[in-house]
Amino acid sequence: MTFSNSDPVHVAFAGLDLHGIYISGSDGNAIVKLSSGYNICVPELLCTPDTDHPGVQPHHAAEPLKQDATLPLLSIISTGGTIASTVDYRTGAVSSKFTAEDIIRSIPELAGIAHYHTVQPFNILSENMNPSMWQELARTIRDEIAAGAAGVIVTHGTDTMLYSAAAVSFMLETPAPVIFVGAQRSADRPSSDNAMNAICSAKAGVSDLGEVVVCMHATSDDVNCALHRATRVRKNHTSRRDAFQSIGRVPVGIVSYPDGNVTLGKDAVLRGTHELRLFDRLEPHCGLLQYYPGMNPAVFDAFSGYAGLIIAGTGLGHVGTDCIEKIAALTAAGTFVVMTSQCQAGEVCDRVYETGRDLLNAGVVEGGNMLPEVALVKLMWVLGNTTRREDAVRMMQTNLKGELDYDLWREM
Amino acid sequence: MTDFDYEALGLKAGIEIHQQLNTKEKLFSHTPTIIRDSSEHTGEVKRYLRVATSEMGDVDRAAKEEMLAARLFTYYTYDTTGLVEIDEQPPAPLNPDALDLVLTIAKMFNMTPLPQIHTMRKMIVDGSATSGFQRTALVALNGAIDQTCRIETVAVEEDACQRVTDQVFSVDRLGIPLIEITTAPCMKTPEQVHDVAQYIGMTLRSTGRVKRGLGTIRQDVNVSIRDGARVEIKGVQELDLIAEVVRREVQRQLSLLAIKDELIARNALVNGEVYDVTSVFAKTQSQVLKKAKVILGTVLHGFAGLVGMEIQPGRRLGSEMSDYAKKCGVGGLFHTDELPAYGVTAEEVSVLKESLGAGEQDAVIIVAATEQKSRCAIQMIIRRAKMAMEGVPEETRKMLEGGSTAYMRPLPGAARMYPETDILPVPVTQEYWESITTPELLIDKAERFVHEYGLDAGMAHQIAFSEKLPLFERAVSEGIRPVFAARTILASLKELSRARISPDAIPDDSVIAVMKAVETGHAAKEAVSEILSACARGMTLEEAIETVAPAFSREELQTLVHTIVSERVDFIKSRGKAALGPVMGVVMKEVRGRIDGKVVSEVLEEELGRII
Repeated sequence: MTFSNSDPVHVAFAGLDLHGIYISGSDGNAIVKLSSGYNICVPELLCTPDTDHPGVQPHHAAEPLKQDATLPLLSIISTGGTIASTVDYRTGAVSSKFTAEDIIRSIPELAGIAHYHTVQPFNILSENMNPSMWQELARTIRDEIAAGAAGVIVTHGTDTMLYSAAAVSFMLETPAPVIFVGAQRSADRPSSDNAMNAICSAKAGVSDLGEVVVCMHATSDDVNCALHRATRVRKNHTSRRDAFQSIGRVPVGIVSYPDGNVTLGKDAVLRGTHELRLFDRLEPHCGLLQYYPGMNPAVFDAFSGYAGLIIAGTGLGHVGTDCIEKIAALTAAGTFVVMTSQCQAGEVCDRVYETGRDLLNAGVVEGGNMLPEVALVKLMWVLGNTTRREDAVRMMQTNLKGELDYDLWREM
Repeated sequence: MTDFDYEALGLKAGIEIHQQLNTKEKLFSHTPTIIRDSSEHTGEVKRYLRVATSEMGDVDRAAKEEMLAARLFTYYTYDTTGLVEIDEQPPAPLNPDALDLVLTIAKMFNMTPLPQIHTMRKMIVDGSATSGFQRTALVALNGAIDQTCRIETVAVEEDACQRVTDQVFSVDRLGIPLIEITTAPCMKTPEQVHDVAQYIGMTLRSTGRVKRGLGTIRQDVNVSIRDGARVEIKGVQELDLIAEVVRREVQRQLSLLAIKDELIARNALVNGEVYDVTSVFAKTQSQVLKKAKVILGTVLHGFAGLVGMEIQPGRRLGSEMSDYAKKCGVGGLFHTDELPAYGVTAEEVSVLKESLGAGEQDAVIIVAATEQKSRCAIQMIIRRAKMAMEGVPEETRKMLEGGSTAYMRPLPGAARMYPETDILPVPVTQEYWESITTPELLIDKAERFVHEYGLDAGMAHQIAFSEKLPLFERAVSEGIRPVFAARTILASLKELSRARISPDAIPDDSVIAVMKAVETGHAAKEAVSEILSACARGMTLEEAIETVAPAFSREELQTLVHTIVSERVDFIKSRGKAALGPVMGVVMKEVRGRIDGKVVSEVLEEELGRII
């Protein structure tokens, strides 16, 4: 006997005749939802079809979206992730199956802020992102703004959100806000941060902002979201709501909740400052390597033939002296090598210690205070746009999108 | 209160018992299971909760009702709580010690374990769980209590937060493992409910691995009578009240049924029309009405006198309506059965009734708050008034002091259950199940103490059910006479608690040592309590004996007795043997607690023998 999801069944177990609905089965076991709502797992052999009880039929109400066209137009680009996740009976774990429409439907407050156009270029968990998807994302955003969106919200898994946000920052000149938003706690729980983050992102989307930011909980409280400059943000915690933090600076804005007031910092880039332009070339053949004490210098050989390599060095930007020869060989063969630091914040300086000077002599370029992940994305973009080393050096050391913002703790 | 013929009324009752398990760690977190004083909190987190749909696409009706008012909850955190408690981290795997204990209890009730334990999320958005759900898993099915009653399920679940004030919760209790035992609706009288609850409680305590004290065990009672409805009453903490709660619920259901009959006889009508009566109270002296932005009213035709009718001690139909209204965030309501009162004048009442066209037989209900809250509240009142014409609504209720109850929310449905995706299923193998041993029941133990140790039945029961049972069993195993051990432990516990000293302040080792000192004649048994209190104050056993009651040797006693007797020779000669009692009293005054009374009596008799 085989059953399919939501079939009513009898279960003969523990001397009882239980009624429930069949959810799923594997390895001869059946998961059955009892009328109490509990799921139990019993050998499938004990289940028989229940013709007397209709069972609980799953229904997914799909009322048409009601939108107020007099409100500003926002575009929601959904790429998947926790903000759009629901339970998957195949694995029993959470997967991203919600669409942008589902997000609007499940967060009714959004309808009072804007009307929405939704796009779903792909639906993945963010660990499966890659540079060609960043390009597709940047193009989609460009198209949405060109089509009249007052702002663009990108729902994204939080694991690699900062890479995508930084990549879009470099590829796109935007007159309108581009808000990356995610959730740390799954959307299927009453305590999820998805609703508040989404509402804050919509408020930021219709605000005076004109740059790419990440919008997430500012603290563990449901009180404020922070707007982080896309090139100066890092996921600093595996699970907390306030995992995202601006590094070496304060956020460019704060959105209070539930009133949705947006307060922008003095150096926030304002709406309309830039014209819409797309520079979507990337050189994906770049790597990122974190140095550790005792690292075998031969590791560097793995990057031979790469267009670029970011090293996350120790402290001010160092690697073991025995690695320098290998690095010199890489640069001599044409790989563009940039030094960043594995420290949480601060600038590299390879002029203080001898190792640093040797690294500079080996052709390594200092990456300032760029976060290693951001430096990687930037290097892909720079090498996608120029093949001349001196241009690349200049671009890597020029503050293009705030990635080299000095460590000034600016007042909000 | 008059008692009813419950069988004739068709009373059916079942109970759910929630007992905290005394594990080291919480059910899904590695933090300790320690209850804290809320004044010790070290942090605060502020959160909203939203209803989520179940995997079937439904929204639970009870959850929906809780969401009528969006509320910001505050959670107190401690240096003994972690990120799981504030929902900032995925849960740890199911605590194996808790599962082991729940399986042990299931086995004591002859239940059948499930081959795999699947953890579910039971949605509760009243703020008492930071995640918005309580994790729970069925562990075993179908057990027996006795010939008359069956246990349907046992589950292991997380305890919820403690409420500090209305919207402030404390997360110390959140996540402490609970066993939930659900009986069939097999009880037919209030006393039977009490007896079954008591028996289950005794079984749980027989494991020696459950928490004890107020709040560590809570009973929910399901009650219905014929023509009534199933009502679940939450949070009965004292066993002694459980029968009273059932009696009062029967009374409430009977009253509601009588009200229904009367409403039908009167041709009562709830037409659901809502009137803005703010202007009627423009010059009111009522503090509540003066503050309100909007006052709304509705007429319940044919309800006069019934809204104010008592349905159980301290509760009226009006209280039920008020409970429903409070879901919208209003403080309560006024009804014309209780007016004029609360600063509302007779004149205002008559203007109110007149302006709404309400007659003698009608009741008017008003609510006063903001526009939004008032609109929500008046609709809830209308809903409850309509239910009054149907009889008894199915509800989840909470117990009030004394045993009456108030409405909490609708009975939850299956839609509140959602699979917990962060926890892997836990297999329970046949081998594991067979390896579980069950402890001796406390009632069996008490009986054994009578036969085996010669304790009288009362003392045997007392020591078997005492928290100090392990100490008693250890003392006996170390050769201390059982009667002496039981008496010492029980008596000194009583005295210590009278002196406000926690029995836990004295290590078991010290108690055993004191008992051994008595058995070997190094201390008098009369001094045990005092020695123990001295130990509790931090003295070593030797210091305590030396300070409180330096042992008195037989030689010293003989000298003392000789002196005392010599001073009373005339008295003794005149009284003869009857002098023993009074003289003994004088001697004991000097030596109480320093030497065994039996020895005193021997020495004194010897001494008197020389005179008489």
